Amino acid sequence: MADEEDDIILSELNDEELVEQMFDDLYDGLKDEIEEGVQILLERGWQPYDILTKALVGGMTIVGNDFRDGILFVPEVLLAANAMKGGMAILKPLLAETGAPRVGKMVIGTVKGDIHDIGKNLVSMMMEGAGFEVVDLGINNPVESYLEALEAEEPDILGMSALLTTTMPYMKVVIDTMVEKGIRDDYIVLVGGAPLNEEFGKAIGADAYCRDAAVAVETAKTFVGRKHNQLAAG
Amino acid sequence: MSPAMTSLPDDTTLTDAGLEARGSGRVLIVACGALAREIIDLRDLHGWTHLDLTCLPAILHNHPDRITAAVRETVQKHRDRYDDIYIAYGDCGTGGQLESACAEMGVQMIAGPHCYSFFEGNTAFAKRDEITAFYLTDFLVRQFDAFVWKPLGLDRHPDLRDMYFGHYETLVYQAQTDDPALTERARACAARLGLRFERRFTGYGDLERHLTDWAQV
Repeated sequence: MADEEDDIILSELNDEELVEQMFDDLYDGLKDEIEEGVQILLERGWQPYDILTKALVGGMTIVGNDFRDGILFVPEVLLAANAMKGGMAILKPLLAETGAPRVGKMVIGTVKGDIHDIGKNLVSMMMEGAGFEVVDLGINNPVESYLEALEAEEPDILGMSALLTTTMPYMKVVIDTMVEKGIRDDYIVLVGGAPLNEEFGKAIGADAYCRDAAVAVETAKTFVGRKHNQLAAG
Repeated sequence: MSPAMTSLPDDTTLTDAGLEARGSGRVLIVACGALAREIIDLRDLHGWTHLDLTCLPAILHNHPDRITAAVRETVQKHRDRYDDIYIAYGDCGTGGQLESACAEMGVQMIAGPHCYSFFEGNTAFAKRDEITAFYLTDFLVRQFDAFVWKPLGLDRHPDLRDMYFGHYETLVYQAQTDDPALTERARACAARLGLRFERRFTGYGDLERHLTDWAQV
């Protein structure tokens, strides 16, 4: 007998049921089903931004919470992220066309000497999902790459990531160079990575340490909101 | 059999449970379970009968945030029974926390970021500065599934491999011993990860030097 799951025909579900089902499919890392769900919602006239925030980000938030609580582990999060990526690939060109709201802009990269980019990629994806424009510098970035990108892209936020205790001190090199050049306070600096903690973030002069991708999004929103308020007041 | 010789638990036990001290000897080495076999080999080779060994579960390697507390607890547990206690760990991803704890407790540890570094020798290892190398030791080759394949979910989702290892280029097998069968296993690990294979014989490197110093006390 076929599994009950196998019998679900996404196109026969109403919108609410479909979004719920997409949450489940994201949780299970089912990329094909997510892509199909996105297409169905588009055909039903949903705005790309609504699909992104309500179906994809909504589902990924559940994944993020369960990861934080120790219910899901890295492999499952990666599968979910891969599924979300499939959905976002469909939505991204449409989001640009439909003028989705832009919350802010972030330059992000893994620091020099570090090739581990899983965390950075998750943050990039969730930030894009939350309406940020993300310029991803990739892995193994020397201070010069960060500085060039800051000048060229004029982002609100600089994000730095490291997995190794041997590479995370390089974040301080970047921040100290920004201080030397008198540009540190022009940007919100967020740092993250498995061996980091809040104390380290403070010690190196970052604005905040972000424990995971969901926290990064919330922190980014808070800081950008504060910055905009300051500009408005000033 | 010399009195120093010890029957070693199997690798799975060393991974999950570690090794209890015998309770004899003047000097205690608190080590990672991944170093148990090497330390006992050296002890037997040099006849360091006054050296006792206890090991924490080697799988803490995958959870460096738990290492410092576990070492601290072990030192406190054994403090009164031995003249001296030494810690056979490098920094091992603790971000300096283990070093601070050791300084606070007044015990020495091995210098260097991790065993890959002190097996090769910290200076030589640092000089290589190879960021795209993934390292395995004798122990980690034998326990590849427990430390790499299963925790990363590759047994269930082999398609995730490139997300984890896409930026790596080489699997470096740091051989502590000459064991052709183990070399073949290491080569197979490299193939499973889609990486180029390189074998480097390190022997016991700085581990032997530290143990020799500690055994002289």
